[in-house]
Amino acid sequence: MGEQRSTRVALAVWSALVVLFLWVPLALIVLYAFNKSNVQSWPIPAFTTHWFHAAWTAEVRTSLWLSVRVGLIATGIALVLGSAAAFGVARFRFFGREAVSFLLVLPIALPGIVTGIALSSAFIAGHINLSMWTIVVGHATFCVVIVYNNVLARLRRASTSLIEASQDLGADGWQTFRFVIWPVLSTALVAGGLLAFALSFDEVIVTTFTAGSQNTIPLLILGYIRLGQQLPVVNVIAFAMIVVTAIPVVLAQRLMRDTGVLRRAAGNVTEAVESAQITAV
Amino acid sequence: MAASLDSAQGLSRQPPGRPARAARLRLSGLFWRHPWAKALLLLAPPLLAFILVYLASLVALFVSSFWTVNPFTTELQHIWNVDNYKTLWDSSAYRTIAVRTIGIAAAVTIADAVIAFPLGYFMARVAGGRSRAFVFVAVLLPLWSSYLIRVYIWRLILDDKGVLNWTLQKVGLPAANIGYSNWAVWLIFTYVWLPFMILPVYGALERIPESFLEASRDLGAGGITTFRRVVLPLALPGVIAGSIFTFSLTLGDYVTPLLAGGASSQFIGNVVYDTIGSNNVPFAAAFAAVPLAVMGVYLLIARKLGAFEAL
Repeated sequence: MGEQRSTRVALAVWSALVVLFLWVPLALIVLYAFNKSNVQSWPIPAFTTHWFHAAWTAEVRTSLWLSVRVGLIATGIALVLGSAAAFGVARFRFFGREAVSFLLVLPIALPGIVTGIALSSAFIAGHINLSMWTIVVGHATFCVVIVYNNVLARLRRASTSLIEASQDLGADGWQTFRFVIWPVLSTALVAGGLLAFALSFDEVIVTTFTAGSQNTIPLLILGYIRLGQQLPVVNVIAFAMIVVTAIPVVLAQRLMRDTGVLRRAAGNVTEAVESAQITAV
Repeated sequence: MAASLDSAQGLSRQPPGRPARAARLRLSGLFWRHPWAKALLLLAPPLLAFILVYLASLVALFVSSFWTVNPFTTELQHIWNVDNYKTLWDSSAYRTIAVRTIGIAAAVTIADAVIAFPLGYFMARVAGGRSRAFVFVAVLLPLWSSYLIRVYIWRLILDDKGVLNWTLQKVGLPAANIGYSNWAVWLIFTYVWLPFMILPVYGALERIPESFLEASRDLGAGGITTFRRVVLPLALPGVIAGSIFTFSLTLGDYVTPLLAGGASSQFIGNVVYDTIGSNNVPFAAAFAAVPLAVMGVYLLIARKLGAFEAL
């Protein structure tokens, strides 16, 4: 440690301030969820749990159910296609491999609005009515990337010789998969799936263009906020969403850590950084 | 051959010679001898789906930016021209919007880099294992909480009757009143994308070997010289990697300006959104090409500066 004591203290104070900057707003939304007033000003005049009942409207339930279905289906598609692509890219050297891996990252590299209008004008041109399935297609494009990146990162760390050894010992493809590949891969798949679901559940921009007249939960809140209506309901949903998205992310973090593949903290961080950076909006 | 080999092993869970297992073994053998068959089987479904759905519509979109819409019937006319791009270039209103979008994206990137660097340095070189893990999770979690909600809560905070003005008043400072302005848009983007900057900056700083700093000290360099000539150049790819996220995400956004901006906070994304609403897809596509072109140039520069290794 070459830094002077004063420098280190200053850095620690700065870091504490940044962490506060990141967390104070999230703490505030928790308080606002209990705001008794219809007006969202500060300080909050009185507290109530009333809005937690009031928020459970038919509209909210419909949107929630739509968001859950879309998230589950998009994640399912992403798990199949994303891991197939990751296996293909990780295990084989072929012409155009770089192009394939570049192509697969496009949906998160390009602004969401570009993906959104491209898909929506394609649906219109193909006379496809906007439905739950068009939302699923939109979400699957970026969910695939999340799973692909997670699985690829894991496969790059797992050694190919294990698979060859298993085959030399007479295992068939299924047994190799079940007893050699799966134990290494399963946590990356679960983590990728959780992150993909969290992302789908939260997506606004692509969804705006592929949802038509339906509302997922984020679209419903966006509408409420724009019109300045039902803000107490928005507060409650915001509170619930922060809690609910925290669960899969914390779980995914744990899974990426406790695999035994990586013991060192640094390696851990690299993988977490990799999986964290692939978020889209 | 494979079956006889198998009977010598204890690995099989089934008695050898079962038809299902023999078939499976033949299949694995086939794939082992012809790896391209397996590669094809693995890659074809995702790539086909991807190319047919995503890439095709993307290409179609940008082809359509060279077409026009009949102003009376709003029908697409397949006449090749660059009128949409010309309109963009000639109109001062669109130029202002493009400059505002790029300018705020740049300001957000700079603010995030300035905030993130000392934090990354603290995590990489000062903090112990426990506090590093704590800060890491504290940075990572907000990244995954809902984007829309984080924008919404800032709208409440920056409102004239919000937390910010209340706090300023308590400390005896004049009210800021920056709600629904470009300042609000800048601040919210800085907040929302900050973790994307912190993580790669931390990663780059963490990879600098301690011995480099010791060598610099042994050669007589002071703290500031070491920082300027050793730490900063080595951390730069991390900063640029982070800036790719902060810059491109701001460039393509329209929700934050819509919810938290004022009358003169329109971004390229807002124009694109409104133009789609009025059914002029070709013009929307042409304007959406602007952030793409800007990002293309940016990525080329970033690549030159070695940012891709830090991703």
